[in-house]
Amino acid sequence: MTLKGKVWKFGDNIDTDIIIPARYLASTDPKELGSHCMEPVAPDFPKKVAAGDIIVAGSNFGSGSSREHAPIAIAALGIPLVIAKSFARIFYRNAFNKGLPLLEANLYDVVKEGDVVEADLSTGIVTCGGVQIAAKPIPPFMLELIDAGGLIGYLRKQLEGQR
Amino acid sequence: MGMTITEKILAAHADREYVEPGEIVDARIDLALANDITAPLSLQEFARVGATKVFDTERVVFVMDHFTPNKDIPSAENCKTIREFSKKYGITHFYEGGACGVEHALLPEKGLVGPGDVVIGADSHTCTYGALGAFSTGVGSTDLTYGMVTGSNWFKVPESIKFVCSGKWQPWITGKDLILHIIGMIGVDGALYASLEFAGDAISTLSMDSRLSAANMAIEAGAKNGIFPVDETTLAYIRDRVKRPYQVFQSDPDARYREVFEIDVSKLDSKVACPFLPSNVKDAKELKGIRIDQAVIGSCTNGRLEDMRIAAEILKGHKVAKDVRCIVIPATPAIYYESLKKGYFEVFLDAGCIISPPTCGPCLGGHMGILARGERSISTTNRNFVGRMGHPESEVYLSGPAVAAASAIKGEIAHPEEIA
Ligand code: SF4
Repeated sequence: MTLKGKVWKFGDNIDTDIIIPARYLASTDPKELGSHCMEPVAPDFPKKVAAGDIIVAGSNFGSGSSREHAPIAIAALGIPLVIAKSFARIFYRNAFNKGLPLLEANLYDVVKEGDVVEADLSTGIVTCGGVQIAAKPIPPFMLELIDAGGLIGYLRKQLEGQR
Repeated sequence: MGMTITEKILAAHADREYVEPGEIVDARIDLALANDITAPLSLQEFARVGATKVFDTERVVFVMDHFTPNKDIPSAENCKTIREFSKKYGITHFYEGGACGVEHALLPEKGLVGPGDVVIGADSHTCTYGALGAFSTGVGSTDLTYGMVTGSNWFKVPESIKFVCSGKWQPWITGKDLILHIIGMIGVDGALYASLEFAGDAISTLSMDSRLSAANMAIEAGAKNGIFPVDETTLAYIRDRVKRPYQVFQSDPDARYREVFEIDVSKLDSKVACPFLPSNVKDAKELKGIRIDQAVIGSCTNGRLEDMRIAAEILKGHKVAKDVRCIVIPATPAIYYESLKKGYFEVFLDAGCIISPPTCGPCLGGHMGILARGERSISTTNRNFVGRMGHPESEVYLSGPAVAAASAIKGEIAHPEEIA
């Protein structure tokens, strides 16, 4: 599966309080959550970003709380992929569980905001302006999960098997 | 090759003799936890997957602690949904109202976690229970639903990093100073995907409240879990609390570690993490003169009885500085009651503090102590990210209860020695 989109750059340690501040967590509505995505550092981001755009970030993206509202807010804006130097552990699991794929690669030091990048999820190859970068391959177990339609799809199959 | 305590617990719950770091195992869980923010998403997934029951009605816990007493209509609706779900599916451990406390203070106190358990919680500070020698980690709401339904989940066995602590604890130094020191040393992603293991003589003289406080912030170094050895202090703590069988695991002498650090705790002075990262750690003494508008003493990190005692010892006979709001939040009803009986409340009220009911409140910028633009708080909580306690241009400095109380009196960041 290949994704192509315009880059929005964010730095290191973009934590979940930045991705979606806690004061909005009483809501579970993806649209509402998306409209506050990245508010503390880039209040205009939800208005300016277009569906298909890609987030490129530094290290430790998604650190902090376990709130699944974070990947939900990102996906609600139509962002199909986040590429970061590294991801916090709980966010990594949550994103895949919610069907938001992530790639671990150092693209941050290579691209400019507004550049167009192309990423092949199955090989992990990211292309930008003729330069190719190999992301860490997505672990086979995560790929299995995605094939099953995320963790909930996987669980549903298990429950159907029991009936 | 020997195994660490974390590896042994995961192996036992996966019916395996041996596991090693990097492996993915399917393990049984002993407890699944969610709160008023994360449970609603879990319950949506529960419905979506078509589940009809939870794996064990005694082992699913819901704590309504973040936005309660309900701060607005959506928060009230969330609690209502979870309450109705709990009734429908016979969940024993649903906590709200006067029974409710901050989850990671409440669960150990109620004896819901024992040594050797595997616990998942839809809250990143679920790592707190490592203080009891349990493997305990934060997950998202979807992972929690999977655990609630199947009684199991998949885990990647983490590598371990060991912190061997020796020496004698100095006055006013607690588990919070130790963990802030560690995070300052290794950074906010220093233990990414790893288990953070505490060891050494100095650990055996550390109180249970301090261990809970230190394990609580393992996530702030990116760790999957934080874990303490089980000793006399642990067994004394759980004796009248944990009702179900538990198993004590200890790390083998030849267990493998990614890294081993030695810490001489006698050299530790009071620590403060400056904005906007928990790793931005300095000695409190270096920060004298930084004015504060608010002091918060509470949360799942430092809202326990030891913290209330330390705050009361410092505040006794003093007044909170003019223009400073000092908010004290005992983390559970039992801690609240004990603080009252021990006379701490009198000290707090005489000093001009505000005593809040048990809640997460200002810790996550929820309610009960939000900061305005440009305001600054010293806080015994665990995160000082941009906007964590309110306005994106406000600031949070993290410390233990002694520094927070001393600072409340001085109106600026202060070392406890300046008061006591
Ligand atoms: S007190 Fe703060 S860190 Fe602890 S559970 Fe509540 S919001 Fe999270």
